[in-house]
Amino acid sequence: MITGFLALYIFMLAAFTGYEIIGRVPVILHTPLMSGSNFVHGIVLVGAMVALGHADTPIEIAIGVVAVLLAAGNVAGGYVVTERMLEMFKASKPASSQPAERKQ
Amino acid sequence: MTLPTWMPTIVEAIYFIAAVLFIWGLKRMSSPRTARTGIVWAGAGMAAAIIVTFFLPGMHNLDWMVGAIVIGVVLSWIVGRRVPMTAMPQMVALFNGMGGGAAAAIGAVELIKFNAALKLVPDTSPIQPEAWADVVGHLGTTELVLAFVGVLIGAVSFTGSLIAFAKLQGWMDRRFVFPLQRWVNLAIFAVAVVCGALALAAGIEGHAFAWGLLIGFIVLSLVFGIAMTLPIGGADMPVVISMYNAFTGLAVAFEGFVLQNEAMIIAGMVVGAAGTLLTQLMAKAMNRSLGNVLFGNFGAGGGAAQQEIAGALKPIDASDAAVMMAYAERVAIVPGYGMAVAQAQHKIWEFAKLLIERGVKVKFAIHPVAGRMPGHMNVLLAEAGVPYDLIADMDDINPEFPNTDVALVIGANDVVNPVARTDKSSPIYGMPILDVAKAKNVIVIKRGRGKGFAGIENALFYADNTRMLYGDGQAAASELVAGLKTLDV
Repeated sequence: MITGFLALYIFMLAAFTGYEIIGRVPVILHTPLMSGSNFVHGIVLVGAMVALGHADTPIEIAIGVVAVLLAAGNVAGGYVVTERMLEMFKASKPASSQPAERKQ
Repeated sequence: MTLPTWMPTIVEAIYFIAAVLFIWGLKRMSSPRTARTGIVWAGAGMAAAIIVTFFLPGMHNLDWMVGAIVIGVVLSWIVGRRVPMTAMPQMVALFNGMGGGAAAAIGAVELIKFNAALKLVPDTSPIQPEAWADVVGHLGTTELVLAFVGVLIGAVSFTGSLIAFAKLQGWMDRRFVFPLQRWVNLAIFAVAVVCGALALAAGIEGHAFAWGLLIGFIVLSLVFGIAMTLPIGGADMPVVISMYNAFTGLAVAFEGFVLQNEAMIIAGMVVGAAGTLLTQLMAKAMNRSLGNVLFGNFGAGGGAAQQEIAGALKPIDASDAAVMMAYAERVAIVPGYGMAVAQAQHKIWEFAKLLIERGVKVKFAIHPVAGRMPGHMNVLLAEAGVPYDLIADMDDINPEFPNTDVALVIGANDVVNPVARTDKSSPIYGMPILDVAKAKNVIVIKRGRGKGFAGIENALFYADNTRMLYGDGQAAASELVAGLKTLDV
């Protein structure tokens, strides 16, 4: 059971992690990364499954199904699109050179 | 049906591993060489987390669940596979909106269950917490507040992203503006918050609230997402999509707290923070503050006081341009979204390869907001086969322009306009630009004499060292290739 301040600590540490990860990404990867983070919040599918899995009345089930449907679309679409973009990044020489790998 | 008692522990452990893999995957995505494996790791974590969720205790409606997952996955997979690379930004918007909608729907289900449970409790006063504590379950004050906030943010992200998708897809060309719009939007937001706050206050007290309050809250939140996005122009959409991406992350984290699901809390919060930073970076690259993007209207009445640009447009034909670059030492190619629209990136890369064979040093100079999102142009060039080490960021290439013999601008306009440095009255004044004007020679491939996306005259086109190569991007690039080939005969 996560309570008050423990939750606050988790929120804080996760937020710093996210901030640090993005901070070091070269601009050339911003679009794939936005898409990648879009995929990661597809974890909402797990929550949608839990909500639907404990739904009892028809209205709860209906909204739960909508939640699962949307979340499944988020996960699958986010993955496919990100993977397609990233598989195209290739270096001209065998992975020796360190190109545009900088930028705030 | 009966699951072993250690099952929840296994589920928790897998969620933990998934959270680690998400962070690890995002970290690997921060370098072009490891990016590909990053998404695969994150994907593995996601698949594991989804599968173990079926084994949580007390899950029912499994037939509905499997059906919805299969339909959602298959549809998105097909769309995601087929869509062209130029359409990536609106795809991100669409999938992000779905995530936001899902988060809002989770919150709605939890609140409905909570309220339905409260309605069963006799509304006695003073309240007897012990009477409703077990029916209501774990929703304490914090959870209730976060459930409401999550619904609000998720709903705004849902409809807002859908509008952003429609705009980028070209289904809604115009900005939709009317007088007092800001106040109308504010009123919608305020009424939504009041509905939510009244319901919340009742819930915290342990009283059931009227269904109308919850419905009003959700509906108005959805409407607000639409109203807020309608007046924003297409050029600002990337910033807005990035912001909604952060919103969805936050909504997921908050609803994760309501469900006591650590994987959702961590993944959602990481995305929320990362998305916020990314939004700031994008807004900065476009020289716009977030407030300006959301509440200002670009170029709305301006332009009257802009400086006149002296000089004439000097045309050049493709074979002369090809010769000029063939005998240059350094060539910088500056692509813009116009190149991608004309599908000229493959021809341009063919041309660049011919130049490289002749010993010319070729680089691609990319403005942070070239394309429709930061990094979008890199994706489009990568699709054409351009290796990423030939692609230079603005900060790297700008000092090199004075030593560049020819800068070839194709389909870029505002991002190379020197007015951004010189004319204080210009709407793009202060925007960081590529210093193309400092190159020894500039060749601009352009379809016609029209203005850029921001509707501003480009002083670069009138400069003494600039030559205009008129024509459709792809045709002009083909002519350049042909021009080079005749040299070798």
